[in-house]
Amino acid sequence: MTGAEIKLRLEELCKVQGLLEDVPDTNPFTLKVPKEHYLAVCQALKHSEGLYFDQLACLSGVDLGPESGLMEVVVHLSSIPYAHQLALKVRLARPADPQEETEAIPSLSGIWRAADWHEREAYDLLGIRFENHPDLRRILLPADWIGFPLRKDYREQEQYHGIKVIY
Amino acid sequence: MGLLDKKFEHGGIVLTSTEDLLNWARLSSLWPMGFGLACCAIEMMSTYASGYDLDRFGVFPRGSPRQSDVMIVAGTVTFKMADRVRRLYEQMAEPRYVISMGSCSNCGGPYWEHGYHVVKGVDRIIPVDVYVPGCPPRPEALIGGFMKLQEKIRSESLKGPLAIRKLQEASTESK
Ligand code: SF4
Repeated sequence: MTGAEIKLRLEELCKVQGLLEDVPDTNPFTLKVPKEHYLAVCQALKHSEGLYFDQLACLSGVDLGPESGLMEVVVHLSSIPYAHQLALKVRLARPADPQEETEAIPSLSGIWRAADWHEREAYDLLGIRFENHPDLRRILLPADWIGFPLRKDYREQEQYHGIKVIY
Repeated sequence: MGLLDKKFEHGGIVLTSTEDLLNWARLSSLWPMGFGLACCAIEMMSTYASGYDLDRFGVFPRGSPRQSDVMIVAGTVTFKMADRVRRLYEQMAEPRYVISMGSCSNCGGPYWEHGYHVVKGVDRIIPVDVYVPGCPPRPEALIGGFMKLQEKIRSESLKGPLAIRKLQEASTESK
């Protein structure tokens, strides 16, 4: 299925006519999805005949910077039997305070188990909250780390367990 | 190694000082703790393996800090790992030595400026005896590090630092 066909099919299935925006010149074909429809769209992508995106290849968080006030979650999906690919982008509000977690967006770990650790990584490094995640805690950094290092306005803590951090 | 490379004759008696004997024993069986932290560890493993064969120096890895004499910090020490490295060092019995292998563990290496997660040198958490430069150091360099450490051990003394200072003072006074 081509990207345009997938988009048509999704609009029909989720009743989101005019709400999905495609991003030009991307490979794989990329759709911007509003936050409210994110979960429903993903469910349709996984379970619908002809779409059947059975693999979540990657889920990443992106910080679009303090000026934009936005963060993004990018999901890469592929369908093994149909050999087609799709990327989704969801935007969410970015807190001004670098220490603060974002508003929550639905977790995909109920649909694709692979999302579990990817979402933990996005939480660990960018502070993106995922609703209904089974185990949302830091995955790479120690549990008592302060802040989210991939935020554009991240400042390191002075000390970690008595060791100087910044030189 | 100087001590046992001669033929035994006349009843096989060797005369040496306790200090030399202990130092020789220590430097001829440096058992490192078997762990590695990043890319440098790959180079360390190849130094252990048959190509470079650290075994011929009496060096082979042990699975427990309690049986280890030397800790090779081979790789990037992250803040998360720092607590563990310190704990393992504390679990080693004296006399214990530390070889810092590679730029990362010497000073933070490529993570000096932007590595929010990297300890800028393992010597900020445990004392280091020998630094091996490189990113990563070649096996020859690590062997060089071991030989430096052996040199250091060869000149160790059973006397405490205070006793040595007193001896030195006494000898300068008598001159
Ligand atoms: S010094 Fe270089 S090779 Fe060694 S752990 Fe660091 S980055 Fe890797």
